[in-house]
Amino acid sequence: MKKTALALCMLLVLAKAGLAQKYFTKNGTVSFEAGTALEDIIATNKTAASVLDAATGQIEFAVLIKGFEFRRALMQEHFNENYMESSKYPKAVFKGKIVNLTPALFQKPGNYPVTVKGVLEIHGVKKEITTSGSLAISGTTVQALAKFPVTIADYKIAIPGIVSDKIAKTAMVSVNCNYAVLK
Amino acid sequence: MKFLTTICLLLIAPVIWAQEADLLSLVDSGGQKEYVTGAFKSSRVINGHSVEFIGKNVLDVRILHRFGRISDGIGEFFGLDQAAMRMGFDYGLGKNLTIGVGRSTAEKELDGFIKYRPIQQATGGKGASPVSVVLAAGAALTTQKFAADAKFTDTKHRMAYYSEVIIGRKFTEAFSLQVSPTYVHRNLVASQTDDNDTYAVGIGGRLKLSKRVAFVADYHYVVSGLNKDLYKNPLSLGFDIETGGHVFQLHFSNATGMNEKAFITNTTDSWGSGEIRFGFNLSRVFTIGKKKNTPGS
Repeated sequence: MKKTALALCMLLVLAKAGLAQKYFTKNGTVSFEAGTALEDIIATNKTAASVLDAATGQIEFAVLIKGFEFRRALMQEHFNENYMESSKYPKAVFKGKIVNLTPALFQKPGNYPVTVKGVLEIHGVKKEITTSGSLAISGTTVQALAKFPVTIADYKIAIPGIVSDKIAKTAMVSVNCNYAVLK
Repeated sequence: MKFLTTICLLLIAPVIWAQEADLLSLVDSGGQKEYVTGAFKSSRVINGHSVEFIGKNVLDVRILHRFGRISDGIGEFFGLDQAAMRMGFDYGLGKNLTIGVGRSTAEKELDGFIKYRPIQQATGGKGASPVSVVLAAGAALTTQKFAADAKFTDTKHRMAYYSEVIIGRKFTEAFSLQVSPTYVHRNLVASQTDDNDTYAVGIGGRLKLSKRVAFVADYHYVVSGLNKDLYKNPLSLGFDIETGGHVFQLHFSNATGMNEKAFITNTTDSWGSGEIRFGFNLSRVFTIGKKKNTPGS
């Protein structure tokens, strides 16, 4: 009995070590395009933080709004001051789960399509989203790619009439994160 | 046996609990340094330089007008019949470095400046400064013909210089304040009661009324160097109105000068006597340089 319990115990501990691996990045890339024919609006943030739990499929992102860089300084200022109110809402956060993930996946290098479901919080507004993406697993690193639309009005971001022709109603968000093992 | 079960449970616990944990807290080192931006809408409070910068590779075309005295009455259409103007071009060499040139109709004056921000206000992280510190220096050259009986007519007599330190802080989203000790040196002054060196302290403030409209005030107190019976401290009050790529600054002021040397040492009108003028600054920015900014690159 004692031995069985111990063995079970060891197995679980080993399982945790082997499968419940967590992956992280602090310099993931998140960019978006919200331009129209009248104006290109492109911004990139290369300091996205993200953690991926291989055991549960949980995946979380945090992006500092002020970290988005635009080509035009004034556009960046307006983005922070007028639209995103980044002093009031400094971060965009996504907390979700990879729904079609099996922990064993991480043991086998390859490229896997995944579906992620969770809650995206932008500008203080939380909204459930589902998106597809891919995971490229190779040894100890994981690359996650995803692209999904964000409807600006859903997050109570007010766009005045005078510029409404220049800004797209929906922004295309791209995510590209290279994860390393979290120790 | 009980002991072993406890150990087992303790070991298993993290496996079960892992699901509940806030994953981001595992990497969030906290206290990331974040620069405070947008203390003022424009690179000028009204007349004087603000702690704000236009940004890298940005060309700011500035058209400034100062009309005549409102107190001149209907005969002069409350000053609107006459105007002094300055046309200026500022260029952002870097995030914290701007150069600019301008020409004013008053005294046919050409001026240029360089403005640098060694310290930017920030929050969080190590060494985050509670204030921004900006250094600005400029030169002005009057190209107006000297009077026929003028005693000093060398090129050096046309020159004047200014330098200042601007210390500013964005206290809240709506309220920003800055103080700017300024030194102006003129190689030639109009009368013996003036010194070649003038010292002044500028105070500039902004109160945001909405996302795109702000109330601004710009005051310079002349500490020494000018005959106070003749010269007054320049005070300007106005509104910043922002529409996309433009910033309009509409204001009332007793000053006509549109560079530091001109408005600090050459303001003779007084608010007390109603000698105020309507004026505006129009700023339009253009981003110069490479066009492409590909996402995810």
